[in-house]
Formats: sequence, C-alpha cells, structure tokens
Amino acid sequence: MINETKKRMIDVQNIQFIYPHANEEENVIALEGVDFHIDKGEFVGIIGHNGSGKSTLSKLLNAIIFPTKGDVLVNGMNTKDREHLWDIRQTAGMVFQNPDNQLVATIVEEDVAFGPENLGVPPLEIRERVDRALATVEMQAYAHQKPHQLSGGQKQRIAIAGILAMEPECIIFDEPTAMLDPSGRREVMATIKKLNRDKNMTVIHITHYMSEIIDADRIIVLDKGKIVMEGTPEKIFKNVLALKEIGLDVPQMTELAFELRKEGIDIRDNILSIEEMVAALCQ
Amino acid sequence: MSVEIKKLTHIYSQGTPFEFQALKDIDITIEDGSFVGIIGHTGSGKSTLIQHLNGLLVPTSGTVVVDGLDIFAGKKSDLIQLRHRIGLVFQYPEHQLFEETVYKDVAFGPKNQGLSAAEVDQRVRKSIKMVGLDYDEVKDKSPFELSGGQMRRVAIAGVLAMEPSVLILDEPTAGLDPRGRDEILAQIKTMHQKNKNTVILVSHSMEDIGKLVEKILVMNEGEIVYYDTPNRVFTEIETLEKIGLAVPEVTYLMGKLKKKFPEIREDIFTVEAAKNEILRVIRG
Repeated sequence: MINETKKRMIDVQNIQFIYPHANEEENVIALEGVDFHIDKGEFVGIIGHNGSGKSTLSKLLNAIIFPTKGDVLVNGMNTKDREHLWDIRQTAGMVFQNPDNQLVATIVEEDVAFGPENLGVPPLEIRERVDRALATVEMQAYAHQKPHQLSGGQKQRIAIAGILAMEPECIIFDEPTAMLDPSGRREVMATIKKLNRDKNMTVIHITHYMSEIIDADRIIVLDKGKIVMEGTPEKIFKNVLALKEIGLDVPQMTELAFELRKEGIDIRDNILSIEEMVAALCQ
Repeated sequence: MSVEIKKLTHIYSQGTPFEFQALKDIDITIEDGSFVGIIGHTGSGKSTLIQHLNGLLVPTSGTVVVDGLDIFAGKKSDLIQLRHRIGLVFQYPEHQLFEETVYKDVAFGPKNQGLSAAEVDQRVRKSIKMVGLDYDEVKDKSPFELSGGQMRRVAIAGVLAMEPSVLILDEPTAGLDPRGRDEILAQIKTMHQKNKNTVILVSHSMEDIGKLVEKILVMNEGEIVYYDTPNRVFTEIETLEKIGLAVPEVTYLMGKLKKKFPEIREDIFTVEAAKNEILRVIRG
C-alpha cells in the first residue's frame, strides 16, 4: 500500500539528457531512461564514476539544465516551468565541492544573509534566519569573522548555513567533502546527518566516499547515464565485485568482510561500519 | 634527488596586520628515491611547504637544498634547470590546461625541456596511457570537452611526461572516483618503483597514505609533528585526532578488537594487512 502521508520531494520521470555537439553525431547522451523519486525527509546517496551522469543529474534537479525527454518535478513543480524557477531553486538548495567558490561576502553572517536578501526577505526576518542557520551548523561564534580565515570544514558549514537561510526543503550536496581534511569531513557529515535527522531535511548526497553513505536510507548507483542499482546500503554494498566492475568501491569494513569470507570466515556480507565488524568478530 | 629543508620559515604579509607565520623552522631531509606522504589539516602549512620545494615561494628564512643545490642561493639558470626536474601537480590541476588539444597540452612540458620531437612524442604517448586514457581517442580532442575526471588525468599526464626526479602531488585525486583514484595512484607508485624518483604526496585520505608511502610527514600549525614510518605515525591515534587528522578505518578497527583479542597488532593500515592479522588471531 502506498503511504499517503509521504510527500514526494523529487520526482524524476523517465528522463533523457543530451549534451549537444556542433556535429550531431557526436552528441553525448549523459542520462537515459532515468526514473526515480525521493520522498520528503529521505537521505539518498548517489554514487557513480566520473562521467556517469551524477553532476548532470544534480544540475537537472536544480533547474540549471532541462531534460531533453521526460520531466523533473521538485515538490510538484516542473523544472521546465520558467515561472517556478526561483521557487525550485529555493526549495532545493545546492552545496558544491569547493567551499572557496561558494562564499561571496567578506563577513560570515553577510554571506549567510546573501540568499534570503535576494529572495526579498524582510530585514528582521533575515536576522532571525541567519542566526538560526548559523546555530544549526554550530558556527554562531564565527558570525563576524572573515570566511577566508576559516578551515575548509568551517567554510563548507557556512555554505550550508547560506542555503539553510533560504529555508529549503531539500539540499543537494555535490561532493561536499572532496576537498576537506578528516576533521572537516567529520564536521560536514555530522552537520548533514543532523539536518536530516533533526530537521527532517531531504538530503541528496553525491559522493565518492562510500563510508559517508553507510547510513543513508537509500543509495542510487549510476553508470553510463543509467541507474544500475538502487536500494539500502546493506543491499548495495554487498555487491563488492559488481561495484568495482563499474569503477566504484565499497566501505573499508565491507571490503574486509568480503575478504574474510573468501578465506572461509563465517561473517555477514553486509557489514558497513566498524561497530558492526567488531560485533561480528567478537561474538 | 634528495630534498633538504633547512630551518625553513615562511611568514605571509610580514609587517602588516595580516602577518601570518605559515612555517616555523622546518628542518628535515627527504631522502633520494623515497615516497613520502604529507598530512595535516587545512591551513597546517602543507601547501606553503611544497611551494618552496621548486622555488615558487621564497622563504622568509632558511632554505631548500635539492640534489646538493641551494635553490634560493644559486644562479637563476640553475633554478630553471632544477625546475625541469621537479614536477608539481597542484590541487585542481585541470585549471591549468590551456592548449588546443590534449596532445599539445601534455607535450608542452617535455618540449620546454628541450627534448627532440621523437622523444616528446614517445613521452606524450606513454604518459597519456599511464593515467588510464586511450591515446588515440583523446589526443586530438580539446582538453575542455573532456569530463572533469579526464581533464584531471590529462593535467597529471602533462607533469608525468616531464619524468621529474622529484614529483610533488597536492591532493591529486580529490574528486576522482574510486577507480580513477586507485589507477592514478598505482601508476605513480609503479613509476616510483621503476624510476626510483622521489615522490611527495599531500593527501587527506589516510587510507591512500597508508597504502602507498614509506614515510609520513605530519604537520600542524606550521610545524612538524612526526616524520616517520606509517607504523609509527598511525599508532599515535590520540595526537592525530587532536590535530584534526585520523587513521585509516581498519586501524580504528584493530584498536577496538584489542579488547577481545589482546594479542592483535595495531600497526595495521590496509585492508589486506587487516585480513591477515584477523585470520592470524582467529585461527591462532
């Protein structure tokens, strides 16, 4: 039975996307027959090798580009519908890889205020939103600092706060930790998980770090512009060989479990975390 | 070539309110033919340090001696010669692509080294193949019509084509997919084993560092915390975490398994080593 209370946040309906080339024969089909949906409050990981169509997909979700076939609906709004353009971008915010390319102002709180200012939010409310967003990413103490003095993880949290201040319902993270050191990655992942858990924020997390999505609700695997696997982390990551075949990887603990099983050790094939591995080995 | 870093200090914007000491009296020698990893949180001084190694930044005090030559005291012509032998791959190297075709871009470095056309051609073919690209498919393409991952590979190929005696890579694989990352790092390792060149790899991936390097240089606030083998460094979990770093996941696992298996070794940082050690303690 369909759960009526679940609200559909993203609906990607059998889309195709072609990057046109001057010579038509060289057109590049970036996505073909991609069809999935994401419910409000879900945490979905998207993985795929470079060139598999992940970034194209994220641009389609944000109405930066439009499908050549099929439709993309964000909270019921069709991205092709020009009059909804700003509503769509406000509903589904994006955070990119390089924090230095996303910060625009010279003071942290001004940077966070940039989005709501452009949306025409009244000044008093902007003040409230900025304070709330900075509190959520635990960066209130840095409100008056200059962004360039912050660490990579802190800058990324400011970028997230800037999106939060626009009060989106969904955030698309396009490899937000690729440039960060281990503590920066921890901070940013903790922030993303908290938003999903405590604020019921719909999260789409595109990453090359498999360990970051071991507690996602669902993972979508893209290869050559098509969805090749979809399911829970347990279900996806036990396909160690199939994932490696398409240039991907599995979390270190899953790989270790796979190697131990090959040696005849009786251990589950869907282990994802250190805790699960410890539990399995210390029975 | 060996790289001796001697009492190196670097202060940005000295004498202004923005004065910032990025490196404090760094004094180490990277031996000829070694493979060294540099780790440290953002702002710990890693990038500032490596930019001194080929003379891009000039020290506030101290110096760098490469292959016996003081790079900040010698003649300018010597420095130019030296730079031809020190290859530096920056973060986001694809931003430095500029030629009309992939071939021309990769050929730029070896051509400037004064190699013959035949040698340049051979280097270009070899290095494009090394980074996992199909030579015939990409050679005439504009680097700008490639995907991000492919552009990164072309940029790295351009540096490899110079066959540098010292190869310095600043997070070369950030943003690459797992296979791309493994392939490029494996090629760098193979090249290192074959040519016995010195490789310095800056990375935020403790897993990659654990897999590849012979020695790890740990930096924090412009100073060296450790310069030692992975066995020694990755067992200092507490200190590493305190300065914003971590150890590979398998290393954490070993620490936790110690309660149940007191004899288990903790100086483990690859999946392969973890498997063998777990089998050893389980099977007894």
